Amino acid sequence: MAGQPVCAAARELSAPTPDLMRSIHLTMVRIRRFEERAVELFMAQELPGFLHSCLGQEAVPAGACAALRDTDYITSTHRGHGHVIAKGLRLDRMMAELYGRTTGYCKGKGGSMHIADFSKGILGANGIVGGGIPIAAGAALSAKMRQSGQVSVAFFGDGAASQGSFHESVNMAAVWALPAIFVCENNQYAVSTHGSRQRVIPDVAARAAGYGIPGVTVDGNDPLAVYAAMVEAVERARGGHGPSFVECRTYKWLGHYVGDPGKYRPAEEVAQWKAADPLPRYERELAARGVLSPEESELVHAQVAREIEEAVEFARLSPHPKPEDALEDVVA
Amino acid sequence: MSNIFYKEAVRDALREEMRRDERVFLLGLDIGRFGGTYKATDGLVDEFGEERVRDTPLSEAAIAGAAVGSAMTGLRPVAEIMYIDFTTIAMDQIVNQAAKLRYMSGGQAHIPVVFRTQEGAGRSSAAQHAQSLEAWFAHIPGLKVALPSTPFDAKGLLKTAVRDDGPVMFIEHKLLYNSRGEVPEQEYLIPFGQANICREGSDVTVVALSRMVLRALEAAAELEREGISVEVIDPRTVAPLDIETIVKSVEKTGRLVVAHEAYERCGMGAEIATQVMERGLYFLEKPVRRVCGRNVPVPFAPVMENYVIPGAAEIVKAVKELL
Repeated sequence: MAGQPVCAAARELSAPTPDLMRSIHLTMVRIRRFEERAVELFMAQELPGFLHSCLGQEAVPAGACAALRDTDYITSTHRGHGHVIAKGLRLDRMMAELYGRTTGYCKGKGGSMHIADFSKGILGANGIVGGGIPIAAGAALSAKMRQSGQVSVAFFGDGAASQGSFHESVNMAAVWALPAIFVCENNQYAVSTHGSRQRVIPDVAARAAGYGIPGVTVDGNDPLAVYAAMVEAVERARGGHGPSFVECRTYKWLGHYVGDPGKYRPAEEVAQWKAADPLPRYERELAARGVLSPEESELVHAQVAREIEEAVEFARLSPHPKPEDALEDVVA
Repeated sequence: MSNIFYKEAVRDALREEMRRDERVFLLGLDIGRFGGTYKATDGLVDEFGEERVRDTPLSEAAIAGAAVGSAMTGLRPVAEIMYIDFTTIAMDQIVNQAAKLRYMSGGQAHIPVVFRTQEGAGRSSAAQHAQSLEAWFAHIPGLKVALPSTPFDAKGLLKTAVRDDGPVMFIEHKLLYNSRGEVPEQEYLIPFGQANICREGSDVTVVALSRMVLRALEAAAELEREGISVEVIDPRTVAPLDIETIVKSVEKTGRLVVAHEAYERCGMGAEIATQVMERGLYFLEKPVRRVCGRNVPVPFAPVMENYVIPGAAEIVKAVKELL
């Protein structure tokens, strides 16, 4: 229940197949390289607007979405590139959306914070902190009423757990035993405000007990721990036993947005988390398990690097929307 | 024709749509066993069960969000927010999510959700249970806003709202639930954006919203006895707004009064007056007059509430001042 870490045995028992472990790795690399490139392009002023990077948090979406089906729903956040990549989006159309082009997932109307693809169950990243949580509960209600067997995942940060929408939605999902999973990416800071100034309890997952649902806190930099917790939560949801809460401890490497120097964080803290980089850590584990050799891993990185450059090329060559396209898609 | 209460018209519309389409369901506080605070959903749980007439926790943000999320994923929810004053708690889901997700997703999201609520003063409910906030929602691109003034309109507009593929704010009036009116036996729908000329006249045009339509008709009857001919127009939906019908009427009368309970400042009266001036300034022989709620919170004591919320007498006075 609340606050209990997923034990090593549970992690081992629900360990994914070698193929799935490799696929989680591919997802993490894709998120990592996409985010690195997006930051570069943003700093080079190629991308309009602003950008919230999920660098350092890749293990959460990669592990969590590995436990989902294509038809399952997710709602995401302003820091949402990782979630939608993990749910299966193409990097070229994502990049095109960041560039505000017609070939982007939202035809340039949403941008970085609002990527959605209903065909992949992605009900939208969201610019309002806590805004996607009630929607995920609604999608879970719909899945239950339609008896579709789908589950619905709300990704949100530790900051959103201070919003009323979070508390209302978790409670409602619990009362109705909805097939929902509330995944809190605890990256320690709500914009600049540390968790210790957001709440008096250390684990956000402890709140689950207040709503009568299971809550666990896992190492969010360990994709297999995230995956194990999600497998259990998904099973519970699909089995009609109601929602679960999964808190994933992680860290955002950059500030709140790209360009935020993040001076509110001790330099040692940032250095410590960067040293505990989830990607090489996972690669070491895969090598030790004999699932993916360092050479094979190199090939994955090279393949993804090509994919990213193709995505950037695609976005750069894609047409801009016509100004008057702004008038479309307002009402049904 | 049958003569029914406004609340029955709401209920009949919901019942017919729920029988027609199994994706339609209701959710809200107290709508099931209790039958709704104004009894608009009374008895529906007996026919459709607790799954489709769903009592919720007291959580407006989650009610609205559950409606948005289920609408995006294949259902057609009708969410009740008990008082329009309480939409403040659900505002993110209505304004930032329901109204915008279709647009922000490049047209992917279909959000066929109806937010049923009610507004209006006249029951000494004080400032948190008596506001008229239609202008807030009409301001937001992506929302449609309907304000039925009769049982006939309530039924026909609500059926249209349920079939609309986007979000609709359906704003009833708390003092109309027990009003009566004629409703056809056979099925009918009223399209959005089509004003109703409730009474034809030639001297002054009065555009009125929600319950003020009834006050405007009373005023028109009184003025007729003095030989003054008033045309009363009920836009029925303020988003979309049938400005054509209003401008055409002003072309005939040359005089316009806009009447609503909502605060005067930035109310629909300001919008209607502006649009009339943009399209037909030279039809106007006198300045436009607004008869609206005063720019103060709605007070509790009846004597003050009556002072703040206009009635037929204020409309009569405004019309006479234009002649």
